[in-house]
Amino acid sequence: MARRSVSSGASTTEIDMTPMIDMTFQLITFFMFVMNFSEAEQDERIRLPLSQLAKPSDRVVEKPLTLQLTSAGAVIYAGELVSVRDIGGYLEREKAVMLDAGREPSAATVIIRADGRAKTGEVQEIIRTCQEKGFEKFALRAQYDEGG
Amino acid sequence: MARRTSSNLSEKVEINMTPMIDVVFQLMSFFMCTLKVIAPEGDFDIRMPLATAAAAVPDDQQVPPIRVRLAANADGQLTGITMNGSPVADFAELRRKIVGLVGNDRGPNSLAERTEVEFDCDFGLRYFNVVQAITAVSGTVEDGRIVELVRKIKFTPAKRAAARAP
Repeated sequence: MARRSVSSGASTTEIDMTPMIDMTFQLITFFMFVMNFSEAEQDERIRLPLSQLAKPSDRVVEKPLTLQLTSAGAVIYAGELVSVRDIGGYLEREKAVMLDAGREPSAATVIIRADGRAKTGEVQEIIRTCQEKGFEKFALRAQYDEGG
Repeated sequence: MARRTSSNLSEKVEINMTPMIDVVFQLMSFFMCTLKVIAPEGDFDIRMPLATAAAAVPDDQQVPPIRVRLAANADGQLTGITMNGSPVADFAELRRKIVGLVGNDRGPNSLAERTEVEFDCDFGLRYFNVVQAITAVSGTVEDGRIVELVRKIKFTPAKRAAARAP
């Protein structure tokens, strides 16, 4: 390789930037591809039950209502902790907003993200409360288990 | 600014890399910071309107629902599965029994589509058991493909007071 002589005192030592820029562009492309813009409502307080049938589908649920149930039996609704008994009032408000927008609650999907350790009865109480407010479609969310 | 004279032909024109590298690092840190690791998730769709008198009218196409009971102890651990009254050892056996019932009849208006499974769970049962039971009845994985079994799932009403005596 041609090496610059140090005879000329004015010239600075040059670092070969090419490998670094290559790497950096590689990294940028990698992060761009892994990035997803989906507004998936996920909460680290919830550990979903595993199921090998819970494959992510391409179908997009339009304006779903997400209710998350922690293992302690509290509902996370729109980011705040609510008790299972108080969820009715919030659903009433949600229903009013839907009716204002000209949508029927029976057409809306309620996504239930319940922790695997939560009590089944509490999940059922949430479903029951939703049914009383006119919601009919439910989606029980589970984490995809590749291990089978 | 000092401009390089073209007198010396052997010397290369040097591009100033600094702004490009600045921008590139900015981009990289942006993508790195916004990266969210999302676990793949899927849904079990359940259509469950509030039971009305009209809905209770049976039609001749209707197959009586398969009742699956999941019993739990005080800690919420699964203690027993029964299907239509007969005990089932585990979820794998439950799946085999369901496959045995609906057979290979698939597609529109098939037996698998008309069959309904009703889960009767103890209040305190840990929810992951229910998801396992739903997994067992609603499909099997064969060579990486999902073969659907029963899609219609419902629950019997929860009984909070019925914290069963030990």
